[in-house]
Amino acid sequence: MGQFLQQLINGIQIGSIYALIALGYTIVYGIVGLINFAHADIFMVGAYMGFFLAPVMAKIFGGAFIPTIIAAMFITGVFGFVMEKLAYRPLRYKSRLSALITALGVSLFLENFCALPFVFGPQFRKFPDLIVTKQIVIPGNLGLSIPNVVLLDVGVSIFLMVLLFWFVNRTLMGKQMRAVSSDKSAASLMGINIDIVISTAFIVGAALAGAGGILYGTTYGMLAAPYLGIWPGMKAFIAAVLGGIGNIPGAVLGAYIMGISEAFATSVDSNLGFGIAFAILIVILLARPSGLLGKFIPEKV
Amino acid sequence: MTFLRAHRTAATVIVLVLVYAVIKVLNLVGILNAYYIQLLMLVGINIVMTVSLGMVNGFTGQFSIGSAGFMAVGAYTSAMITTVWLHASTANPWVGYPIFIVALLAGGLLAAAAGYLVGAPSLRLKGDYLAIVTLSASELIRTVIRVTNFLGGPRGLGGIPKFTNLEVVFVFATVSVVLMRNYLFSSHGRSMKAVRDSEIAAEATGVNTTKQKVFVFVFSAFFSGVSGGVFAHLLQFIHPDNFTFAKSLEYLIYLYVGGSASISGAMVGAAIFTVLPELLRSLQTWRMVIYPLILILVMIFRTEGVMGLKEFGFILIPQRQRKEVSA
Repeated sequence: MGQFLQQLINGIQIGSIYALIALGYTIVYGIVGLINFAHADIFMVGAYMGFFLAPVMAKIFGGAFIPTIIAAMFITGVFGFVMEKLAYRPLRYKSRLSALITALGVSLFLENFCALPFVFGPQFRKFPDLIVTKQIVIPGNLGLSIPNVVLLDVGVSIFLMVLLFWFVNRTLMGKQMRAVSSDKSAASLMGINIDIVISTAFIVGAALAGAGGILYGTTYGMLAAPYLGIWPGMKAFIAAVLGGIGNIPGAVLGAYIMGISEAFATSVDSNLGFGIAFAILIVILLARPSGLLGKFIPEKV
Repeated sequence: MTFLRAHRTAATVIVLVLVYAVIKVLNLVGILNAYYIQLLMLVGINIVMTVSLGMVNGFTGQFSIGSAGFMAVGAYTSAMITTVWLHASTANPWVGYPIFIVALLAGGLLAAAAGYLVGAPSLRLKGDYLAIVTLSASELIRTVIRVTNFLGGPRGLGGIPKFTNLEVVFVFATVSVVLMRNYLFSSHGRSMKAVRDSEIAAEATGVNTTKQKVFVFVFSAFFSGVSGGVFAHLLQFIHPDNFTFAKSLEYLIYLYVGGSASISGAMVGAAIFTVLPELLRSLQTWRMVIYPLILILVMIFRTEGVMGLKEFGFILIPQRQRKEVSA
């Protein structure tokens, strides 16, 4: 029982990080219908921003975590904006496949550019301690203890998710985003500025990924190389597909399913961790192609 | 000249033989050393990989991004047959080469089977699901190889006999490209293009779109598998890390820069990008920074790739051959 709960906690922790990344995939897909492969690399940039900014922030503000995460979100947000403007906007009215290929190109470019010695460098980095790690022992006879990092991960991601739901459902910009995602041309006829909405989607998605990057660094305490975004990115993408891509609650649900299944599979065998994600994906594609919460929209002729 | 124009196939055969003869003579007089010959062999293998990827991505409009996985299946299968199970390296060439060919075909068939397993569930769906499924599948294949002890696991598989030489690659590349070209110009090929241009219209005109997509995907996986086998018997040592996602991405770059809806484009892309890094030796660390940048720029400024929809004359099947002869 204690073992089971421990794995469940691990799963929820890693699921929270996946959720922050998956939300970015799903928002961008919902608005422009593009799988932004470079999203995983924005997550990586966020993690590296934490590495470079944390000492500076600690010096200026005393505490490191909150200023670092805000600064990283800001920088990755700008990053997402610039990326959309330079790489994806010129292709908006061309075939979808060319935008996808460009997204792959951007992803590959970011990874390899950041691995250059004078950018982030290919070497292993130790992530600075943003908070003082503690074990919180849960009363009872299960022998459970939760590191405070877990609470931080879950807390920060839930806070950001609530903020996102509020933004999408309660603000004017959110309303515009929902309008664009259901019908782009009709929305533009209603006087919505599509360019601004698309930019906002990229900025919001990228900022969430940046926050995810900081949480990732804090959780694992290290940055392996600028290729570190690939696996979490892929897991998060599968999570977004699982929940129904384009659907915000679906992405969160999918991310927690991915995280928890991964934690349990890894506890059985470390190589199963990735296999389980793929197996779940296949089953979902066979049984519910539009995802758990996605709606099937037949194409009209 | 009129003879050559009227008999394109004959002309193509003559040109191919001439190209081969020139390469061989240059090799014998020492202008092309073993290193360049090796490079040319890689060009041949990459051409087959890229054209087979183009059948799925360019001509059928699907989005497969895991071709390296099928290549790995073919490479490991054929290498296991020649190296571990049948010890073909110690046999004399008259026994060794038939074993090699059987091993290549076995590798191709197993890759095709893997392609069916991956393609059948995901190609029924519209959208970009194939991308993520192929990507995961190729990484899954790599993980399986990594943990399977008799395949060498993380140590790799060495001691593979060097059966691949210029002649093998030449014949292999020619036969593969001809087979794929003929498929593309058949009625199946027209159905594929119909699926690409409008799946609904294709369905309405009686094309079984799912069957068409799955078949071309399996066909393409077969050629990736055989290429993998040829590749393994060229390098003589294979490792799971030879077949990462980065490898698949390289083929995508070759394909899309060359021109995805054109066999010639795929060939040009593969040839340029295999030779280019050798000319830019000093830029080795920048290679994977420059390639994606080229890809992005080509996508933005010439979305259809360098060749666009054009084909070289020797690729096209002459439509009115008879009339021209009689006229």
